[in-house]
Amino acid sequence: MSETNQSQPKRRFDIWRTKGDASSGGEGAFERYETEVGEGMVVLDCVHRIQAEQANDLAVRWNCKAGKCGSCSAEINGMPRLLCMTRMDSFSPDEIISIEPMRTFPTVRDLVADVRWNYQVKEKIRPFEPIAPQAADGTHRMMHEDVERIQEFRKCIECFLCQDVCHVLRDHQKFDEFDGPRFFQFTAGLEMHPLDAADRIPDLKHRAGIGYCNITKCCTNVCPENIRITDNAIIPMKERVADRFYDPLMRLLRFVFQRPSANR
Amino acid sequence: MSVYDLFQIYEHDVLVIGAGGAGLRAAIEASNRGARVGVVCKSLLGKAHTVMAEGGMAAAMGTVDDRDNWEVHFADTMRGGQYVNNPVMAELHAKESPERVRELEAWGAVFDRTRDGRILQRNFGGHRYPRLAHVGDRTGLELIRTLQDHGVHCGMQVYMEMTVVSLLKSGERVVGAVGYDRERGRFHLWKAGAVVLATGGVGKSYRITSNSWEGTGDGHSLAYHAGAELRDMEFVQFHPTGMVWPPSVRGILVTEGVRGEGGILLNSEGRRFMFDDIPENYRQQVAATPEEGWRYVCGDRDALRPPELLTRDHVARCINREIKAGRGSPHGGVYLDIAWIRENMANAPGHIRKKLPSMYHQFKELAGVDITAERMEVGPTTHYMMGGVAVDGETQSSTVPGLYAAGEVAAGLHGANRLGGNSLSDLLVFGKRAGEYAAAFATEHGHKEPDAAQLEDIVRDIERPFARASGENAFSLHHELQDVMQDRVGIVRTQGEMEEAVAKIAELKQRYADVAVAGHREFNSGWHTALDLHCMLTVSEAIALSALARQESRGAHFREDCPEKTAEGATYNLVVRKGDDGAMQIRREPVLEMREALREIIERNR
Ligand SMILES: Cc1cc2nc3c(=O)[nH]c(=O)nc-3n(C[C@H](O)[C@H](O)[C@H](O)COP(=O)(O)OP(=O)(O)OC[C@H]3O[C@@H](n4cnc5c(N)ncnc54)[C@H](O)[C@@H]3O)c2cc1C
Ligand code: SF4
Ligand code: SF4
Ligand code: FES
Repeated sequence: MSETNQSQPKRRFDIWRTKGDASSGGEGAFERYETEVGEGMVVLDCVHRIQAEQANDLAVRWNCKAGKCGSCSAEINGMPRLLCMTRMDSFSPDEIISIEPMRTFPTVRDLVADVRWNYQVKEKIRPFEPIAPQAADGTHRMMHEDVERIQEFRKCIECFLCQDVCHVLRDHQKFDEFDGPRFFQFTAGLEMHPLDAADRIPDLKHRAGIGYCNITKCCTNVCPENIRITDNAIIPMKERVADRFYDPLMRLLRFVFQRPSANR
Repeated sequence: MSVYDLFQIYEHDVLVIGAGGAGLRAAIEASNRGARVGVVCKSLLGKAHTVMAEGGMAAAMGTVDDRDNWEVHFADTMRGGQYVNNPVMAELHAKESPERVRELEAWGAVFDRTRDGRILQRNFGGHRYPRLAHVGDRTGLELIRTLQDHGVHCGMQVYMEMTVVSLLKSGERVVGAVGYDRERGRFHLWKAGAVVLATGGVGKSYRITSNSWEGTGDGHSLAYHAGAELRDMEFVQFHPTGMVWPPSVRGILVTEGVRGEGGILLNSEGRRFMFDDIPENYRQQVAATPEEGWRYVCGDRDALRPPELLTRDHVARCINREIKAGRGSPHGGVYLDIAWIRENMANAPGHIRKKLPSMYHQFKELAGVDITAERMEVGPTTHYMMGGVAVDGETQSSTVPGLYAAGEVAAGLHGANRLGGNSLSDLLVFGKRAGEYAAAFATEHGHKEPDAAQLEDIVRDIERPFARASGENAFSLHHELQDVMQDRVGIVRTQGEMEEAVAKIAELKQRYADVAVAGHREFNSGWHTALDLHCMLTVSEAIALSALARQESRGAHFREDCPEKTAEGATYNLVVRKGDDGAMQIRREPVLEMREALREIIERNR
């Protein structure tokens, strides 16, 4: 496999395997595998090695192997993480590494979770709606200072690890009332977009259920892109919701000035 | 029971195969023109290869240097492609990409900005002026996410995690496609008035590649077996800078943006070897000294570019030479150094992290290297396919009625070598055109039932690997193919080695007929590999035959046994198609005539 072929140490893995065919609803159990681990390997490499050598039908999702596509999300030793960005040398040498699919979503098979719900949520969010071009040549202008904060949100690779960890979804199953951290920061990115004209604040309160979030910051802690979801997106959005619905003075001012931030 | 009962059946006006930049842009366009559109892709939406693109998209908007315009972009593209490009495409691309980029902004994309609030553009190899609209080093993510978020509101139907294995025909015309889903292995059939191929590249035929598992050349193969012509298959781009260490990340891309921001290449002796070998046709465009090169990076309009920003084919070969001459790094690469800019810049580490955040992250996490302080080890990696489905420059229609192709799977725009950044704009310009003309074709010609006989053949072919209790192993065949392509039809080629490759591919094709797969159709990676292998064998054969037939060196195609460009070589393209006997046929076709006005533009920009 590699240039360093001096006998590589074997490591133990407990990998979730579903039983029966795909209609069995993801029931299963951990199975123990052992495979050699070479220098610089990440957990995804080990899963692939096991798949090639011992379990051809082991299902795992991946694409880029570089933390860019957000396909390989799973739970490693109980923590939501990307398989391709978790290095084996981050574990102690005799640790058994358990790998299972994201648990907040239904399991399709083995390590593959059914994340379709996330795509459905996004479709419900009002899309970007551009203001008229401001410049004489018919193009838009945006200042770098104004785009920097939404560029943070646009780094999102849609791995849905933040959705997986959020207790409102995971423990309380509020799939019908709560969009989840990924989509709060997505909405924040649209709301703070200097060229966007739409208003999503009422939706955030009513349809998206931002009120359920009690700012535990678990989402921020698992985000592989280090997006400060809670501080930079959710809290400002909660403030906007509060301003709009609970502060009559702000409401009046807004009525007079008509969304002053939209045309920055 | 009829063979139709084996399939779940859908009907669309336009079926788009692929959900990268090209596929999504085509789907948006066709939807906006009233077509009922279906999009099939092998991964989840938003995960296609395009998401990995880093450096930027080329469009002559002139926001940073107002001397830039479509004519210069056109001339740069033709020079990069060594004049075997389709000039119609090069012209349309240069003219239309600024509008396509601005349109993306109007759909919500957020590019990095100039001081006066316009779209910032960066330097890239082979582009005379700063021309790449970008978002740090994650431009592909911005592009695909913008198209995805806009597209889902245009009414298209998306079929995720499904793989198309064959096109369907009615007489000469393509009228649909069949495929399977990964989850259950069920069969699906899409009837369509027109089909757009947007399946991306072929890198997985090589051992070292920047491409993901999706890059198995499916679209090239689907088109070929449906009777369409492929062209320029000898031109495979090896990107000069892929990661080489640790082994598990070998091939993963290190964006050219690193060099655009001032990164330099060094051999083990610490020599900046790119200054040693500057090709004739670029001599007037390259800095005389490192100091001038740095001024160029800083935006000095009178300075010329550093030699690290020469075209990819050339840089890749120089690196290859250093490694072969024993002047490589410990793990078989050379050094790429961006940390050195701290000599010239107060806040260099911060600047690097800001301009190249995902490179910083990638090296830190995967290789344990801090690029703001240490050198990277890099080496060439198989990156991009210039060759592909031969299309009409304006409409993107292939030589088979009802079949269109756009993006990496289509050929013509890039000729013998693609300039960095020209792919993302290619996806938008020609994705849009393909969607537009496919929708028009579907409206004009309506639906037609596929010939039923072919369905039974297709089902037999895709189930065949299960029919045998034992036989050849698909994974091993794949590795053997990757080895022969990497070692015999790679960066530096010779007659003898390529002949060996052709023979080896023929052998592999034969053994492929005996592939056996155990288990069932649900999420069976052995079966998937077996089906992908069919495509990779077809594509590899086309690459090897074409490379043998071009007896000169041009662009990405470099032959040690005929290292010079010939005058004749600029006059033809190589075209392959499936002969009536099922064997691959290859022929020369004259390069498309260029309008006089375009010729003059090239002369003016020499
Ligand atoms: C790491 C990296 C960095 C790059 N950086 C840049 C850059 O900075 N600038 C630039 O211009 N270019 C860059 N490129 C090149 C550019 O990204 C690609 O050429 C381009 O994204 C290809 O887009 P596409 O739409 O043609 O296909 P892709 O994005 O590759 O998408 C192909 C689609 O087709 C689907 N598909 C394939 N086969 C089948 C099948 N049989 N059935 C169903 N669906 C199928 C796939 O699932 C996928 O959805 C880069 C490439 C790489 C690998
Ligand atoms: S901060 Fe809010 S959204 Fe994030 S995990 Fe906690 S409850 Fe969920
Ligand atoms: S916000 Fe972070 S954790 Fe959530 S989906 Fe995006 S990248 Fe993943
Ligand atoms: S495979 Fe793309 S993020 Fe892991």
